[in-house]
Amino acid sequence: MTTAQDANVFEPTVYRVASIVREFEDVVTLTLHPEGVQRPAFTPGQFNMLYTFGVGEAAISICGEDEDQRGFVHTVRQVGAVSQALASVSEGDAIGLRGPFGKGWPLSEAERGDIVFVAGGLGLAPLRPAIEHVLRHRSRYRRVTLLFGTRNPRTILYAKDIERWRRQADINGVVTVDHADAGWRGSVGAVPALIAGAPFDPRSTVAMVCGPEVMMRFTVASLLDAGLPAERIHLSMERNMKCAIGLCGRCQYGHDFICKDGPVMRYDRLANRFSVREI
Amino acid sequence: MTAGQSGMARCINLAALQVLIQLLAGDGYAVIGPIRRDDAIVYDRIAGITDLPAGWTDDQGPGHYALVRRGDDALFGYAVGPDAWKRFLHPPVETLWRAQREGDTFTLAAPRAPAPRYAFLGVRACDLRAIAIQDRVFCQGAYTDRSYADRRRNAFIVAVHCGGVGGNCFCASMGCGPRVDAGFDLALTELVDPAPHRFLIEVGSEAGAAMLARLDSEEATSSDLDLAESVFKRAASQMGRHINTRGLKELLQTQPHHPRWDEVAARCMACGNCTMACPTCFCTTIEDHGSIDESSAERVRTWDSCFTLDFSFIHGGSVRQSASSRYRQWLTHKLAHWIDQFGVAGCVGCGRCITWCPVGIDLTEEVAALRMATDPGSTVSHEHP
Repeated sequence: MTTAQDANVFEPTVYRVASIVREFEDVVTLTLHPEGVQRPAFTPGQFNMLYTFGVGEAAISICGEDEDQRGFVHTVRQVGAVSQALASVSEGDAIGLRGPFGKGWPLSEAERGDIVFVAGGLGLAPLRPAIEHVLRHRSRYRRVTLLFGTRNPRTILYAKDIERWRRQADINGVVTVDHADAGWRGSVGAVPALIAGAPFDPRSTVAMVCGPEVMMRFTVASLLDAGLPAERIHLSMERNMKCAIGLCGRCQYGHDFICKDGPVMRYDRLANRFSVREI
Repeated sequence: MTAGQSGMARCINLAALQVLIQLLAGDGYAVIGPIRRDDAIVYDRIAGITDLPAGWTDDQGPGHYALVRRGDDALFGYAVGPDAWKRFLHPPVETLWRAQREGDTFTLAAPRAPAPRYAFLGVRACDLRAIAIQDRVFCQGAYTDRSYADRRRNAFIVAVHCGGVGGNCFCASMGCGPRVDAGFDLALTELVDPAPHRFLIEVGSEAGAAMLARLDSEEATSSDLDLAESVFKRAASQMGRHINTRGLKELLQTQPHHPRWDEVAARCMACGNCTMACPTCFCTTIEDHGSIDESSAERVRTWDSCFTLDFSFIHGGSVRQSASSRYRQWLTHKLAHWIDQFGVAGCVGCGRCITWCPVGIDLTEEVAALRMATDPGSTVSHEHP
């Protein structure tokens, strides 16, 4: 038996809410600074467990760091008790944080080839630090495409960032909406439909996909149709999770634990269960 | 070391067993053993041998458990009850930490009290394996569950070989018993007949050897050893159930659409009893408690079950809505995914899930049915009492 670690792996570190940006409707982006300790390093695609006092903990993707790399940036949609509490914090509030956890995006593997990022809704959040990484190391990658689908023009997450990525980093960013409004002049329809027309060479492309499972299912089918091999499609998966460290058993997806074997998983390794319902 | 090694095995009598319990208590252990309560044999604090369920055994079948009188005064003459030792090593309710609001921040409370020191008396071979399996889950991954590891490291284990097994037992199929082989400090084989009532005692650790040296014991005679051997043979021959594990992992991992999942779901109440009674099921949820004035909060970990809807809840709804998908998750995890995750199956063949299922679902029968329908040529025993 291994000896017990000194640290209680369930105890969070206190972080302060440094700034709050309301993205739209029920979505906020929080910048969190640690108190008295240095923020741990993270890999794009990883997540933290955020705790609000007395309410509980939720797994939230890391969507970036602030410019001086002092804190974590997290985008939260209020859907449950914890995310509701997180979305209602004020600047200066103390919250708990454990992390980072999980496996991230294969950014080294993607070097010297094309990249296709495919995001649905809030699925853009865990891809954002990967895109920023590409932007910082733009010469290591060839053509970079972001295909982003969202409900309507009012729910375009990180709209300014997308504009900056297009401008500064020669990223081919296409935003499509399910429902357009009078002012919308962009694409309308589901995001998988954009894959066929996207500029990438399937022989040397890595795809990184995050969104609702049904959206990812159609996206994978389109990527495979476009000639991308299964082992170069990477998905960020989601399951119920309490501990994030493989001890609570809840996030099992087949023989994998999403918390430690994911959340980013290679499609060929889960292809046999991807179409199984209720797994 | 095994009982069969001549010159190594020793015998103790009832009085020495009583002394063993007292010495363990004197050394600061909370001694936990089998007691008769609520018409079942459960594990709880014991003060001496009079607390043990002398002369009782358990009659077990699918969805059936009843205590019945034995014809002798055996103290360990039953198979296994509803409790597993996880109740102590991985308690059903455990506070992970407490926090106090202080001004505009909060601080976590001082470290907990030291972990309890348990001495377990009467651990069966299946349950020893179950403890070893939970060790893998909680102590041998990337993260260690500190409170489990502390309790586990402190534990003193007195195993007891099964003299007779229950109607739902299949430890032999899972390679876990009935003979105790490792993971104990001391191991007893109860010899009742012919008198005197005594125990063959084996040493499994230095702590066990040190304890044995403090007891009055005598060298086991060859007839003691023969008698013990016949006890083992009898237990092995009495397995109430059987499971064919050959190729089982592959079978389960490739049959997510098998019609049997729907068939069993028509009987399964998704109550989760099997997961509570299982000695290896480790899944938990966490509850957050806060004081009404919001000055303090705590996080409490409690046992949970993959049979609840909440277990798989993510935004948009529970992933596993149907009972069929939940039973599939449980059985496939237990007998197949567990091997990928922890290098060993999550089932020890104790039969608790069969006994304590309110509708008597028998996983050995479910496995046989899954196998029959996919491979009509395979030979699987269907055994019903």
